[in-house]
Amino acid sequence: MNKEDIIAQLPYSKPFLFVDLLEKVSENGVIGSYTFRNDEMFYSGHFKDFPITPGVILTECMAQIGLVCLGIFLQNNLISNTENSPSFHFALASSEVEFFKPVYPKEKVLVTSELVYFRFQKLKCNVKMENSKGQLVCKGVLSGMILKE
Amino acid sequence: MTEKEIYDKLETIINTYLPEDVSKNAIQADSDLTKELNINSSHLVDIVLDVEDTFNIALTNEDMEKLHTVKDAIFIIQSKLI
Repeated sequence: MNKEDIIAQLPYSKPFLFVDLLEKVSENGVIGSYTFRNDEMFYSGHFKDFPITPGVILTECMAQIGLVCLGIFLQNNLISNTENSPSFHFALASSEVEFFKPVYPKEKVLVTSELVYFRFQKLKCNVKMENSKGQLVCKGVLSGMILKE
Repeated sequence: MTEKEIYDKLETIINTYLPEDVSKNAIQADSDLTKELNINSSHLVDIVLDVEDTFNIALTNEDMEKLHTVKDAIFIIQSKLI
């Protein structure tokens, strides 16, 4: 399964898709990026007259790239031999994230996710986000469930 | 290991993942882990991973499908310890 297929299978769309590109995907993790547009919906209110990307959105971006993209890849590896792949959906199970730098409109962020384990449909990863200067924006541990229909 | 020893260790593990509004006294042999003890699917996996570490056994996806109650868990653990 190639990187474009993974992005095509993401269950998100505007204004809640926070994945532009996957640079690397393997059984052990993913690297992907997203550039925050100037007109993201949350900038008008967070904060009033002072747009900064909310921490929950940074967490969401890390989850979409680090957990869901990796989850789609791993799940497809498991069922690659079957003709009809069953549909499945994702549920965030836990997040513990620390934040270090603000992310402003038009900034590009790079998300790196390393697999801790994928067992019994639970995916747990160490995930970090860096800005275009290579500075650490946030990092944490995220886990989610891949639920079969 | 006796069934009582298994039960006590299992109870300790389950208690870690009980929601705040479910008391430890609610853990009975017949308790359904997800439906009665309100343990979510993610914490059910945590329990299984802790069981694997505690008893030094490995569970399969088939075991997971059979795991509903505390009694089921004890049965699975016993079968692996033999």
